Amino acid sequence: MDALPTVWFIAISVLWIGYLLLEGFDLGVGMHLLLSARSDSQRRVMLNTIGPVWDGNEVWLITAGAATFAAFPFWYASLFSALYLPLTFVLLGLILRAVAIEYRGKGHTRRWTGTWDLALAGGSFVAAFGVGAMLALTTTGLPLNENGDRIGGPFAWFSGYAVLGGLAVVGFCLVHAAAFLGLKSDGVVRDRAGVWFRRWTPLALLPIVVWVLAVQLRTGSPLTWTLVLVAVAAVLWGVAGGRAGREGRAFAGVALFLVAGAASIFAAVYPVVLPSSINPAFDLTVDNASSGAYTLMVMTWVTAFGLPLVLAYQGWTYWVFRRRVSERHIPAAHAVVAAVVPRDRTAE
Amino acid sequence: MDPLEIARWQFGITTVYHFWMVPLTLGLGPVVAIFQTMWVRTGNERYLRMTKFWGKLYLINFILGVATGLVQEFQFGMAWSEYSRFVGDVFGAPLAMEGLLAFFFESTFLGLWIFGWDRLPKRVHLACLWIAVAGSVVSAYFIIVANSWMQHPVGVELVDGRPVMTDVWAVLTNNTAIAAYTHTIFGALGVGAAFLIGISWYQLWQRRRDGIDSVDADGRVVVGEAPTVRGRDAADHGVWITSLRIGAVVAIVGFGGVALTGDLQAKLMFDQQPMKMAAAEAACQTGTAFSVLAIGDVGATDCDDVVGLIEIPGVLSFLAHGDFDTEIKGVNDLIPEYQEAYGTHLPDDPMLGERAGDEITYVPLMAVTYWGFRLMIGFGALAAFAAVVALWLTRKGTVPQSKRIMQLAILGILAPFAANSAGWVFTEMGRQPFVVAPNPNPSGVDGVFMFTAAAVSPSATAGELLFSLISLGTVYGVLMVVEIVLLARFVRGGVAAAMPDLHREDEDHDASDGDVLAFAY
Repeated sequence: MDALPTVWFIAISVLWIGYLLLEGFDLGVGMHLLLSARSDSQRRVMLNTIGPVWDGNEVWLITAGAATFAAFPFWYASLFSALYLPLTFVLLGLILRAVAIEYRGKGHTRRWTGTWDLALAGGSFVAAFGVGAMLALTTTGLPLNENGDRIGGPFAWFSGYAVLGGLAVVGFCLVHAAAFLGLKSDGVVRDRAGVWFRRWTPLALLPIVVWVLAVQLRTGSPLTWTLVLVAVAAVLWGVAGGRAGREGRAFAGVALFLVAGAASIFAAVYPVVLPSSINPAFDLTVDNASSGAYTLMVMTWVTAFGLPLVLAYQGWTYWVFRRRVSERHIPAAHAVVAAVVPRDRTAE
Repeated sequence: MDPLEIARWQFGITTVYHFWMVPLTLGLGPVVAIFQTMWVRTGNERYLRMTKFWGKLYLINFILGVATGLVQEFQFGMAWSEYSRFVGDVFGAPLAMEGLLAFFFESTFLGLWIFGWDRLPKRVHLACLWIAVAGSVVSAYFIIVANSWMQHPVGVELVDGRPVMTDVWAVLTNNTAIAAYTHTIFGALGVGAAFLIGISWYQLWQRRRDGIDSVDADGRVVVGEAPTVRGRDAADHGVWITSLRIGAVVAIVGFGGVALTGDLQAKLMFDQQPMKMAAAEAACQTGTAFSVLAIGDVGATDCDDVVGLIEIPGVLSFLAHGDFDTEIKGVNDLIPEYQEAYGTHLPDDPMLGERAGDEITYVPLMAVTYWGFRLMIGFGALAAFAAVVALWLTRKGTVPQSKRIMQLAILGILAPFAANSAGWVFTEMGRQPFVVAPNPNPSGVDGVFMFTAAAVSPSATAGELLFSLISLGTVYGVLMVVEIVLLARFVRGGVAAAMPDLHREDEDHDASDGDVLAFAY
């Protein structure tokens, strides 16, 4: 047996975890915009904590999708076509969110900003929920036939697991963003984020814990249970830090929780990448869903060159924008007026 | 309704739409980077203003390209799962490289550029923009490598009925990709250039209309100022005339490049996809003549109704081979060749659903290929001609007072967009009925081809596809209106719209302690 498909399963797990880790707080900040902010300037503070980095973070999703296509075309094809409707919503959510971030500040009427706030928060919620549902179904299975095609119609994917995964990622994003805002903002936004984190973290993380345990109970191994223990320890450490006002620790704890928790899920389902709920013989595995050895080798070289570079310059970006954002940093809104000499209309 | 037809409409609509934003990003990005380089080099504030103004418009457009690009990445798997399974071994790799080696650079460094004005040293800040622009340009390369593999599959061998990549270098240096990539980049420069010309023209016209600038007896510009309007100072005139003339030069360079690379592409296509080029010419009979005008039911697939009105002997041979007498095969001679090589009927595979066993139509919709090809060339040439006229009309430093000409200059922005869209519609529709086109020997790999009818997701229902088509279409439509309104608002605002602190040093210098961000959402 060849090791490359396994290497690529790990690589794709890393890309998904990277996506959740980085875009997790972007999506969460989007939702907190409506959930926790109380004024326009608080919303602008929140938005500007992610302003310079959110677009680079979103590329983790694009790359996770494309790398799945390249390394496991059968996984990509079956998963994406089976989840046609939920992924359509994810796309709509991500489109609206991206445009809202860029366009919100380009107008100043209450209607303009209010509409984009709704698009931003709603888009973030839908995207987080959809990605969560997709990842949960990847671990628990879809009704796939021998060709890997979904049977049972457009809603055949719908199950408790889909909802659980959706809630899990939404909850995680909210907690992660509260920790992030505590670390990256100052003033009222920072204080409110701290309060939210202390009050709501246990409830918001409940669904993801249930998901992790559900997967472990089905296909856990000593390795994956160890990861679960690491995750639990990390989150307890982080939450205790948050209660003690240690914002860096809170963020690190939640981040480590996500990394270990998600790794425990991916490790537990290995070597299956997408189970068929109809017949285990139709399961997609690292071996029957992967590309050829040559393609995987090429991709390995590209990734070995590209990924460290990405980590380096994205890390540098966070260092450049390391300063906390507060309301006094936000420039006053300026109206865009036509550069036209006013003329007497009756004279024309 | 037929899922295949909806999936095709969806791919067509979302892709053409995406490729309205993208060429503007590709064309405007390098120009803005050049403006900023000129500012860093000379310290001349004119170039800073140009960077800020065009940079603002660049960003308003950029985001929509990013947002709609997500759909492209997802819909191969969602709507075309059989295609994804068939080509994944070779087609996925350039997409992954695009993410890893291009999109990350583009998005991360653009974020640094947008927010880095007061944080980064000048040269580092400028380098961020250049890296982001390079990211865009490299991303275009990878996606065109992927598309060109569908036109001219190389670097693979057939294993168990699927193409498996054996030579990534062959895929990356596919001659079709090199020609199509350069063609696309030059085409995008044309889009950026027309944008510069049209908008600068409007600004210069507005300055004259407002009585700020006038012309002397020789027709030379006399630059003035309007103290009451922010941004309308004497330096403002330089911003627009320089932008306009640089735009005109870029347009001419772009069109020259498009013509040369297009010729290269056409010569390759005569070898690789003879049916596409025959259909582009509505060339039913084998011959040497280039059709300038054909009438009749050009959409007919049996060719009987096409009447060539004006044909120039020899020109078609010249386009294809560089001489005037090589015979170019017409549609009627190609059909039997295709039927012999790839069959007369689709296989009786249950995967094909209702289509199993249908007769195959090898001729693409000729009305689309014939007119798509001509609209592409026509609009491209029109834009280049307009750029030359613009250079001439502005030789004395400003634009004519005519409102009509100003409106034409604004309308002219659309011409290169139309040329780009027509070109893509031609090349994609001209590949039908194949999604992966078979190439005749020696350029092809035996057995590596796929019918579009076999590519669609077997599980996708018409309802799902219709839902995504309508919802995405609606959102796209609304966002298009929003983008144009925003662009128009910032254009009318002039430089001051993109530089809030222009001429504001002594005005509202409020309690800010120098801590305020240079830019914030």
